[in-house]
Amino acid sequence: MEGINSEIIIVILATGIRLAAPFLLAALGEMFTQRSGVYNLGVEGIMMMGAFVGFFITLIGGSPLLGIAASLVVGALMGLLMAVVSVTFKAEQGISGIGLYMLGWGLSGLLFRLYVGAITTIDGLKPVAIPLLSDIPFLGPILFNQNGLVYSAFLLVPISAFILYKTTWGLNVRAVGTMPEAADTLGVSVQGIRYQCLIVGSMLAGLAGAFLTVGHANMYADNITAGRGFISIALVYFGRWSPWGIMLGALLFSMADSFQSMVQVLGINFPYELAVVLPYVITIFALAISFGRVWGPAALGKPFQRGTRG
Amino acid sequence: MSWKRRSAFFAVMLVSLMLILAGCGGSKTASAPKSPADSPASEEKIKVAFVYVGPVGDAGWTTSHDNGRKYLVEKMPNVETTIVENVPEGADAERVITQLAEKGNKIIFTTSYGYMDPTINVAAKYPEVVFMHNSGFKTAKNVGTYFGRIYQARYLSGIVAGKTTKSNTIGYVAAHPIPEVIRGINAFTLGVQSVNPNAKVKVIWTNTWYDPAAEKEAGNTLLAAGADVLAQHQDTPGPMQAAEQQGKFGIGYNTDMSKMAPKAVLTSAIWNWGPYYVKTVEAVKNKTWTNEQYWGGLSDGIVDLAPFGPMVDEGTKSLVAEAKQKILSKKWDVFTGPIKDQTGAVKVAEGQKMTDAEMLSFNWFVAGVDGTIPKN
Repeated sequence: MEGINSEIIIVILATGIRLAAPFLLAALGEMFTQRSGVYNLGVEGIMMMGAFVGFFITLIGGSPLLGIAASLVVGALMGLLMAVVSVTFKAEQGISGIGLYMLGWGLSGLLFRLYVGAITTIDGLKPVAIPLLSDIPFLGPILFNQNGLVYSAFLLVPISAFILYKTTWGLNVRAVGTMPEAADTLGVSVQGIRYQCLIVGSMLAGLAGAFLTVGHANMYADNITAGRGFISIALVYFGRWSPWGIMLGALLFSMADSFQSMVQVLGINFPYELAVVLPYVITIFALAISFGRVWGPAALGKPFQRGTRG
Repeated sequence: MSWKRRSAFFAVMLVSLMLILAGCGGSKTASAPKSPADSPASEEKIKVAFVYVGPVGDAGWTTSHDNGRKYLVEKMPNVETTIVENVPEGADAERVITQLAEKGNKIIFTTSYGYMDPTINVAAKYPEVVFMHNSGFKTAKNVGTYFGRIYQARYLSGIVAGKTTKSNTIGYVAAHPIPEVIRGINAFTLGVQSVNPNAKVKVIWTNTWYDPAAEKEAGNTLLAAGADVLAQHQDTPGPMQAAEQQGKFGIGYNTDMSKMAPKAVLTSAIWNWGPYYVKTVEAVKNKTWTNEQYWGGLSDGIVDLAPFGPMVDEGTKSLVAEAKQKILSKKWDVFTGPIKDQTGAVKVAEGQKMTDAEMLSFNWFVAGVDGTIPKN
């Protein structure tokens, strides 16, 4: 087997780490949303809007940071919309999430048509080598020569874990998602927490979209997310609503993807299709064995109405 | 309870709003601006419609067809065109094509392989309308097909890649393992090897026509595996972006991709549908149109190479010009033997030419391709 050396392995791993970022950002956001008792199927649509707005603002403003900030804002607005519909007006969450997805898809395509028209490239984020750390043999180039959004995505894992398990707000989120009536009795605003989680979660989805355009492809094309938002939702289940579990799932997907393309190039005698389907098979398997046990937030999907039993 | 009713109402409103907006982006009908200069009242307008599988701004397949449409409007001012973008292949296409026929279009170009059956079905109901289906093989009394021998342009671009590579490894980002794509990879590789027998062409299948992020990543992988020139059979400039960012070279496809990656793009294998659209519309106008199965090549100008980037040297350019002359002479074509497959076995004997039927069902790689065709 010619050509397999440490350099190739470094590329596989570094690519896998980089491609985990959009999954990780979107899935961590969705985790907070679901932990508070709302599932948001609109992640894909929010990512598309984040991808377009991030791209467009970078194009006209000249700075990827401006684009990223704009993607956070558009994510927050879409999260707010979802919150109004599903929390205040208590619309069926699955339907409103799909509606949000279609809104994001149609609107991003329409805006692209109106204001850009044809595929145009931008100067996106550059990799930032972290001094000293990036010089570590083998690990350095894999972990410490990525762009800022990749670092942020991975830093968000311990931060999310801390927020969820060690802060009062995190406790409230978990309470609202498990026993909203009890939380309400104790004076926690169920609707307030759900609003906050939907907005924060959607901001992260917007950021995940911006990663694709500003942090990776350096261009926008219709439907650039290509289903990554839906995979992120599945990852929340795979990771059993825990940040570390989600990170594991995200890495599994991205590494398998990175591995399968390298398998083809190196002519290793291994059907690359197997590497492509492997993460999906594992996800189904993980969902199957967790079925029947209570892992998820108990009040997930149920609108809260004071004075009724959930 | 008013709460419930109000939320139901709100939800319905929101979903309808979303659907409307989704519809706007999804498939928008747009009429081309009519040019004011051309209204000699005597001449009747000819209405021509185009059905597109992607958005006109994709910088790829659909853009190439829309450039052809613009050329048609420019050359024949009394033509009025209608386009419908993002039309999914299948049943939805039949509805769109029917509408276009109902609206009085005289010629309808359906520009994707998956429109084949819908085109045939609608054509049966509108015998007075001419239908031209792109890249398929079914015809009817009022349905013709048209396609181009892009493999000839790919062969020429292979010469440029073969002369440019220093590592003797060229990457090829490929969409799906179907004869059209395999034929392109083979032609490209024969071009590479005609000037550089030591160079190999490494292939990655992405299993998608259109995913800029995945295409770019496949390009990055090929570069990591030692490639210093990337070619592509994909519909976005993703692979060219990968080459640009890593200071390597690329060969674009569909349209001239040099704008998206000016430092990387050596040339592009491009479609030039315009002259054919003019020819077809004129034939219909003069009542000389027949339901041909057209597969034109470099000699018709329907396929070509985009202008070379500044990094391509004169020696390479003259090699390309020489090969182009050879193809234009019609005495020789890309798939003229001897051609060996990956195992070294001679598949096409010296002096023999592959027939169109053989080329249209390509399922093996020529020697020099470093990759495999997945078995279905």
